[in-house]
Amino acid sequence: MTLKISDVSVGQDLPALDLAFTRSDLVAYANASGDQNPIHQDEAFAKSVGLPDVIAHGMLTMGRAIRVVTDWAGDPTAVIDYSVRMTRPVVVPDTAEGSIVSFTGKVSQINDDGTIQVDIGAVFGETKVLGLAKATVRLAQ
Amino acid sequence: MNHDMIGHVYPPSKPFLVTSENISAFVKALGDSNPAYADGTVAPPTFPIVVTMNAMDAAFHDPALQLDYSRLVHSDQKFEYIRPIRVGDELTVSASVEEIKPLGTNEIATFKTDVFSGDELVVTGWSKIVVRGPEA
Repeated sequence: MTLKISDVSVGQDLPALDLAFTRSDLVAYANASGDQNPIHQDEAFAKSVGLPDVIAHGMLTMGRAIRVVTDWAGDPTAVIDYSVRMTRPVVVPDTAEGSIVSFTGKVSQINDDGTIQVDIGAVFGETKVLGLAKATVRLAQ
Repeated sequence: MNHDMIGHVYPPSKPFLVTSENISAFVKALGDSNPAYADGTVAPPTFPIVVTMNAMDAAFHDPALQLDYSRLVHSDQKFEYIRPIRVGDELTVSASVEEIKPLGTNEIATFKTDVFSGDELVVTGWSKIVVRGPEA
């Protein structure tokens, strides 16, 4: 399904997504991205630098958050800009369930050129893990 | 950090050939089942970090920048896309120091990373880092 601009209104909520982050996800992301920082894989190391446990790559959280927009828009190449602030880490225990992050999106603006701004939320427990997260998409007319 | 490095442009990174294996591994790690990625030809929006992070790592370790890598946190990331990255692109990154400024006892710096495929600019990234100052 490809969304059209006529389907969109300001204030509209995008379908939310709850996604699990597990230790094996972090290993897969480390290998796919090349970011092998041990704070994302080695519990003893993470604790030795003052973290509560292994934490997810901020860029993994960013990479997953945009799915709120791309699942909704259908076409991921509709995204023309995307920015986030990584405010707090997602702590990932060594359990099968891992940690659940809840992602939300809301249409905040329809620009004069027809592009659409979406504000994105990412919450882990009570903690906002991304701030100032927003994307602009260009949809078919 | 050395404020004289503001505006400094680093030499382009070595070319990185985008394969369908690179894209598929990245998509799989994100757990993204969007059908647009099924054939491994178009990369997801945050894929450029694969090449921009390497280019910045080279800059972070430049002695002239005087950056304490052990105190560095990646705080913000932005991408502006001219077109999506696709399989077969040969990506090079031109990294530059856009801003260095104090923030309390910390310092923040913004690195701009222009990602080219051949001569074509495909995406620009901005990465803001915080270098924590001495503990109070």
